[in-house]
Amino acid sequence: MTGAAAVVGVGFTPFSRASGRSVLSLAAEAVANAVHDAGLGLDQVDAMGSFMVSDDSVPCVAVSSALGLGELRSVLDLQLGGQAPCHLVWQAAQTVARRDAEVMVVYRALNGRSGPRVGSMRFAGMGGQYRYPIGYGAYLMYVGMWAQRFLHETGQGAADLGAVAVGQRVYAQENERALRRQPLALDEYLAEPFVVDPYRRSDCTVEVDGACAVVVTSTERARDLAHPPAVVSSGCYRAGPRPGLDIGDHLLWEDYTRNYTSWLRHDLFGRAGVGPGDVDVAEIYDCFTSTVLMGLEGLGLCGRGESGAFVRSGACALDGKLPTNTGGGLLAEGYLHGMNTVAEAVLQVQGRGGSRQAPHHDVAVVTSGALMDGSALILTTDR
Amino acid sequence: MAAADEDQYGALGVGPLPEPDRESAFWWDGLRKHRILLQQCGACDRPRFPPMPTCPWCASASSAVVESPGRGTIYSFVTAHVPISPGYESPLPYTVATVELAEGPRLLGRVEPSSPVAVGAAVAPRFAEHPTWTELYFAPDPDPT
Repeated sequence: MTGAAAVVGVGFTPFSRASGRSVLSLAAEAVANAVHDAGLGLDQVDAMGSFMVSDDSVPCVAVSSALGLGELRSVLDLQLGGQAPCHLVWQAAQTVARRDAEVMVVYRALNGRSGPRVGSMRFAGMGGQYRYPIGYGAYLMYVGMWAQRFLHETGQGAADLGAVAVGQRVYAQENERALRRQPLALDEYLAEPFVVDPYRRSDCTVEVDGACAVVVTSTERARDLAHPPAVVSSGCYRAGPRPGLDIGDHLLWEDYTRNYTSWLRHDLFGRAGVGPGDVDVAEIYDCFTSTVLMGLEGLGLCGRGESGAFVRSGACALDGKLPTNTGGGLLAEGYLHGMNTVAEAVLQVQGRGGSRQAPHHDVAVVTSGALMDGSALILTTDR
Repeated sequence: MAAADEDQYGALGVGPLPEPDRESAFWWDGLRKHRILLQQCGACDRPRFPPMPTCPWCASASSAVVESPGRGTIYSFVTAHVPISPGYESPLPYTVATVELAEGPRLLGRVEPSSPVAVGAAVAPRFAEHPTWTELYFAPDPDPT
């Protein structure tokens, strides 16, 4: 089953702070772009997957209708946040591998800046009564709560967070789609006032309007299409034990210094038959700088407590041993909830990274999610 | 409710009201009486928070209510320097802590304004009155055991 499916195309709309368009318009454009990028026709799509937070998007049936697609043999509409993209692509790979469908498109579309903003949204659930009345109501506070403990226990600090932010701006300068392309120096980062301690503005992703889609089909078919296949060699989803009463409730989670990446890494690498040392490119979900540090450590790409030093050494730069978040990431490209994180990994494995192409790109790891639950993929060149 | 009315209640900030559910009604009633009440599992004896119908460790539906002294340490915290929490107004900056009670469960609460905050610091409970609910918050514990 592993390796039987591949990602064959990616599609985007421009990212902006005010699209002036409906979410359906954005979704339809990104899906159509992805299908055409793959060298396929819309009439060949027979499955779809997407996700949304608190109804901030359109379901797959809407996009299918808007694009005049034929019948759909599988549809997944998840009410999930950034935990979803790798999970959906892995589900798509299995759907194709067991021949439930031939071409499955996974997309995320939202007016995330001009419309409902996840960063300031009230989440439904039993845990909200303990949070909103005391001013603990923004998502960045929750990730920041974990980050504060992580930094404390691992002996890391602002310079380590800052190194992530600084490094990813370098990549963003090579990415026309990115919203934050201005370079950032560490002293400029440290001079920024706190938004919510431990986070400064540059520690936080930039909410955007836009859409992103990827196309999954069989590896066999992929070999005849427009670009080299990005083979789905592994996928994993994990929610650790006692993940909370709702997505903002973390009171039962035992260890804020270890997120879902610690829980899924064994199966993720085992399924692909590779180890952390084999990874050439990493696209680590980065709604905030701290999740890059936690992801690098959680996946075993560096040692416990060593992620900051790893980034500061230049290892994550284009000429380093593990180019990471090569499009600038959610921090600098824009917050498409990690769908763009997947798309960037596909481009890298396909060798289409242009001026930000990682020299070695046979094995890419991608993650989706920040805290208790999330998902990951290993994408590889066709071998 | 105008800010002046809130000041007379000694509240730290003004925001949305808690929305108790069937599981949590006893918790909010307890706070009104300045009591910190927790469910304790009838099968495995673990106290827990937040309130829920079954034990998150052993799944037992049997529990009793026990009172906690409310003392613990700061497991982690965040300090808001901008008004970022939807519908909430407070002088800035303000700190919210995840407090680990001595008996194990974790609670959320504001930290007394202008108090020092650090991971591991010992804290003790305080109560702030709003017109229709009582807020549990934390201050440095002058006499940690």
